[in-house]
Amino acid sequence: MSRIQTVFQHLKADSRKALIPFITAGFPAPEMTLPLMRALVDGGADIIELGVPFSDPMADGPTIQRASETALAQGMSLRKVLDIVRSFRSENTDTPVVLMGYANPIEAMGVDTFAAAAQAAGVDGVLVVDYPPEECVNFARAAKAADLDPIFLLAPTSTEQRFTDVAAVGSGYIYYVSLKGVTGSAKIDIDEVARRIPRIREAVGMPVGVGFGIRDAQSAQRVGAVADAVVIGSRIIEEIELSPRGEEAARVAAFMREIRAALDAIPKTGVNS
Amino acid sequence: MQMADTPYQFPDPSGHFGPYGGVFVAETLMPALTELREAYAACQADAAFVAEFEHELKHYVGRPSPIYHARRWSTLLGGAQIYLKREDLNHTGAHKINNCIGQAMVARRMGKPRVIAETGAGQHGVATATVAARYGMECVVYMGAEDVKRQAANVYRMKLLGATVVPVESGSRTLKDALNEAMRDWVTNVADTFYIIGTVAGPHPYPMMVRDFQTVIGKECLVQMPEMAGRQPDYVLACVGGGSNAMGIFHPYIGMPGVKLVGVEAAGEGLETGRHSASLTAGRAGVLHGNRTYLLQDEDGQIIETHSISAGLDYPGVGPEHAWLKDTALADYVGITDAEALQAFHDLCRLEGIIPALESAHALAYAAKLAPTLPADKILLVNLSGRGDKDMHTVAERSGLQF
Repeated sequence: MSRIQTVFQHLKADSRKALIPFITAGFPAPEMTLPLMRALVDGGADIIELGVPFSDPMADGPTIQRASETALAQGMSLRKVLDIVRSFRSENTDTPVVLMGYANPIEAMGVDTFAAAAQAAGVDGVLVVDYPPEECVNFARAAKAADLDPIFLLAPTSTEQRFTDVAAVGSGYIYYVSLKGVTGSAKIDIDEVARRIPRIREAVGMPVGVGFGIRDAQSAQRVGAVADAVVIGSRIIEEIELSPRGEEAARVAAFMREIRAALDAIPKTGVNS
Repeated sequence: MQMADTPYQFPDPSGHFGPYGGVFVAETLMPALTELREAYAACQADAAFVAEFEHELKHYVGRPSPIYHARRWSTLLGGAQIYLKREDLNHTGAHKINNCIGQAMVARRMGKPRVIAETGAGQHGVATATVAARYGMECVVYMGAEDVKRQAANVYRMKLLGATVVPVESGSRTLKDALNEAMRDWVTNVADTFYIIGTVAGPHPYPMMVRDFQTVIGKECLVQMPEMAGRQPDYVLACVGGGSNAMGIFHPYIGMPGVKLVGVEAAGEGLETGRHSASLTAGRAGVLHGNRTYLLQDEDGQIIETHSISAGLDYPGVGPEHAWLKDTALADYVGITDAEALQAFHDLCRLEGIIPALESAHALAYAAKLAPTLPADKILLVNLSGRGDKDMHTVAERSGLQF
C-alpha cells in the first residue's frame, strides 16, 4: 500500500479529515523549504504538496506565480526539488510528499528518468496540472512503475465521463478544484462543493480532496465536513510573504494549527468517508 | 514519414500532428475545449456558416487579396521571380482578420457574448477588437506591459474600437505572459467567454481551427498563380512566429510535387547569441500553452525569454503542425536575423513602393537570399502577411531617428 493510501486509511479509522498544505519549493528561498516542510508537519499536515516552479504557471493565480518567479530567480529546478524531498525523507518516513507542477520540466528531464529519480528521492505522488488523463498515458505508466500515485484534478465543469477517465489512470486521491478559476481566487461555493463531492467520490472510488479558494479555518471546516481532505496553497504562500524574515516557519505552523483544530472539530457523526 | 501518395490529414481526431499538438490544459478547461470542438465541427458542416464566412471575407476584409509580381526587385536580385501574396491589403492590414472573423462567428453561434484575446505587437488584438465591434461583443485584450509601452498606437486603436486593454505585469511582461493571463481569464469566465487565439497554437482544436480559417490564403494562391505566372510556384515562403500566416498559405500546397515550403523564423541577433525566437531551428520538443511543440527552453525545462525585432515573431513556441512538417520534411525552416529583415524591409519600400511588416520582412529577406541562386524561370511566392505602418517607430529608432 502506498504511503498516501496508508494515510487515508488511518484517517478514516479515526474519522478525521486530511489536511494537505501546498508550498512552492524554493520560496521564499531554497534553504527555507525544508524548515517549512517540518513546520507544516508540526502544524498538522497529513500530506505535503510541494510545488515545482515553472516559468509559465497558467493554472495558478498571482500569489503562486510570484512565489514561482522568486524560486526560479534563486535557481530552483526540478532536480533541486528532488534533493529537498530526499533530505525531508531522511528525517520523516511517514508524511507523503506530492509534487505539483507542469509537464515541461518533467519532459525536459525525461518521463522515465523523472519517475525513477522521484521514487529514489521518496516522492509519493505527482500532480501534473497540464497532463489531463488523455495526454499522459506514458507518464501514468512510468509513474505507476515507480510506485508514484498519479493525482488528477476534477472541476465543477467536469462531466461524468471525466470522472471515469480520471479514475482509470489516477490513484491516491482526487483533487477537486472547488471553483472555476486559478489558484488563490477568493470565491468558493461550498454548497456546490457539498452537492458534487458524494457523487464524485462514488464514481472515482478514491478519497476526494478539495482545494482552490480555501482561506481560513471556517471555510476549511465547511469543506472538511463534506470532503476527505482540504488543500490549502495560496493562503500559506501569503502567510510566508507577510512574515518577517526568519519567522516564516513559526507563522506557517501557527496558521496550520488553526486549520487543523477546525478540521478536528468537525462532528464525527454522519461522515460517510 | 508521410508517404507521397497518402493524403495529408492532420490533426488526428484527438488533435495530434504525430507527437505534437494535443490538449495539455488543466482539467478546468477540458469541458470548454470539448464544447468548442463540437461547436466548430457543427460550423464546418453548416453550409450557411461557410457561406457567411466567405461573404464576410469578401465584403468586410476585401478578399481575395491580390498577388503582385515584384518585377523590379526580382530583376535587381538577378534570379528567380518573386511574387507577393498581398495580405497587407486586408482590412486592419494583416492576415490576422481572417481568423478573427471565423472565431467570432463560432463564438456568436455558441452564444458567448464576451471575447478575449492575447496580443504581442497588437495586430491580433486590433483584429479581435475590430470583429468584436462588428458583431457587438464585449472584448478584453491582454497585452504584456512591456508591449503596451512599445505599441501605444495599437493600444489606442483597440480602445477606439471599444476594447478593454489589460496590461500584464507578470513574467517577462510580453506575449507569452499575455497568453497565460488570457488562459486564466478563460478558466475563470468560461461560461460566457470565448477565447480568440491568434495563431495556430494552443490546445486542440485551436491549431486546426485557426489554420482552417487562414487556408483561404493558400486556396486563393492555387487559383491566382496559374493566372499570374502560368503555373504554381517552385517555393512558397512565409515567416513563422506562432505560424498562422505560414500554415494558411502552406496548407493547400503540402505534398504538392515540385513545390517547396519554407518557413522563416526570427534569428534575432543571430542564433549563436541566444537572442532569437527560432523555436524550430534551435528549440526542443516540450509542452507549453496547451500543446506539445518545439520550444525555446533551458536544460530544466523553463521557458526562456526570446528576442526579435518584430514583436509578432517574438514567441518561444510555434504551432504544432509546423513541428510536424519539420520532422516529416514536408517543409523546411530557416532563420533570418534582425539586420537581414531590416534590409529587406528597406528594399521593398524603395524598389516596390510597399512597406511590409517586419514579420513579413523575414520571409522577404529569405527570398532575397534564395532568388539569386536560382534561374530566372523559377518562381518564389512570398506571403506578405502584413503592412509595416505599425513598425515605423521600430525602424526609425534603428536608424537613429525620433518622431
